[in-house]
Amino acid sequence: MRSASGQSHYGKSCDRGPPLKVSILIFPGSNCDHDALHVSQRLMGWKTISVWHQDSELPVNTDLVIVPGGFSYGDYLRCGAIASLAPIMKAVHRHASEGGLVLGICNGFQILCEAALLPGALLRNRGLQFLHQRVHLRVERNDTPFTASLNQGQLLEMPIAHGEGNYTCDEDTLASLKANRQIILKYAHPSGEINDTSATNGSLEQIAGIVNQSGNVLGLMPHPERACEASLGMVDGLGIFQSLEHSRRLVS
Amino acid sequence: MKIKVTVQLKPAILDPQGKAVEQGLQSLGFKAHHVRIGRAIEFEVEASTTEQARDEAQKMCEALLVNPIMEKAVIEVLP
Repeated sequence: MRSASGQSHYGKSCDRGPPLKVSILIFPGSNCDHDALHVSQRLMGWKTISVWHQDSELPVNTDLVIVPGGFSYGDYLRCGAIASLAPIMKAVHRHASEGGLVLGICNGFQILCEAALLPGALLRNRGLQFLHQRVHLRVERNDTPFTASLNQGQLLEMPIAHGEGNYTCDEDTLASLKANRQIILKYAHPSGEINDTSATNGSLEQIAGIVNQSGNVLGLMPHPERACEASLGMVDGLGIFQSLEHSRRLVS
Repeated sequence: MKIKVTVQLKPAILDPQGKAVEQGLQSLGFKAHHVRIGRAIEFEVEASTTEQARDEAQKMCEALLVNPIMEKAVIEVLP
């Protein structure tokens, strides 16, 4: 991913204006924050700051908040429940309500649901087991900042690694998710087919990732940040980060 | 006053832990059915009446202890 000069391909800021400003939250038990940092800073060339959960403010002019994966507070009570009450989350609520971008990955998705920034909840996987495997995701929508560089119907290969990724919500919420086109990533078979067996965790409607109504907050269980370099075996995760870069240029 | 809150997954939601334990019990020869596993949370609150204690516990359930999307709770005031 890096050119001979040491500059990331995605980090060249020549005619792109200043780099995106990214804040990555760290809770006790977060363990994917460095993966996210690596992608954000080294591969994308974004100005990235790690933010401790006890802070009450995000760094000024933060464009994107990444809520990383892990086991915040040891998954005590419910996954993400304690983290959703951390002081920094008030600032994340403000950031989101002002239209700022928020990306919650894995435990980050669970935290965003517990914080009511996204609807629904993540239950124990259908088969009880922690699942760590490669999955295929189908892009259901490409008119969001997180999927703007992708094609509708495109398949992405990424890893999952979770015990509680079985998305659920009540019927009214599901109806509103559909009406507002908030389901943007679904688990698919490698053929692209989506059916009852394509979500190995048992997720309702094979939901892998949803956005909030205004489309600026995404939560997903798969790990795009672990699928950004050929040397790691998968590169499709880059599509999400490149979309964010792409959308920023459209906005600014 | 001492409170015990028992939190369980709603009846409509599959409880895989309960299912696994049910299978375990049945493999031992017990005729156990509909096994559900929950979590018991005990704490003390300052309250002068049991109603007041119950109200306070109810607020705690809504604020943190229970996720109403998937769980239900039973509140008991312990002697």
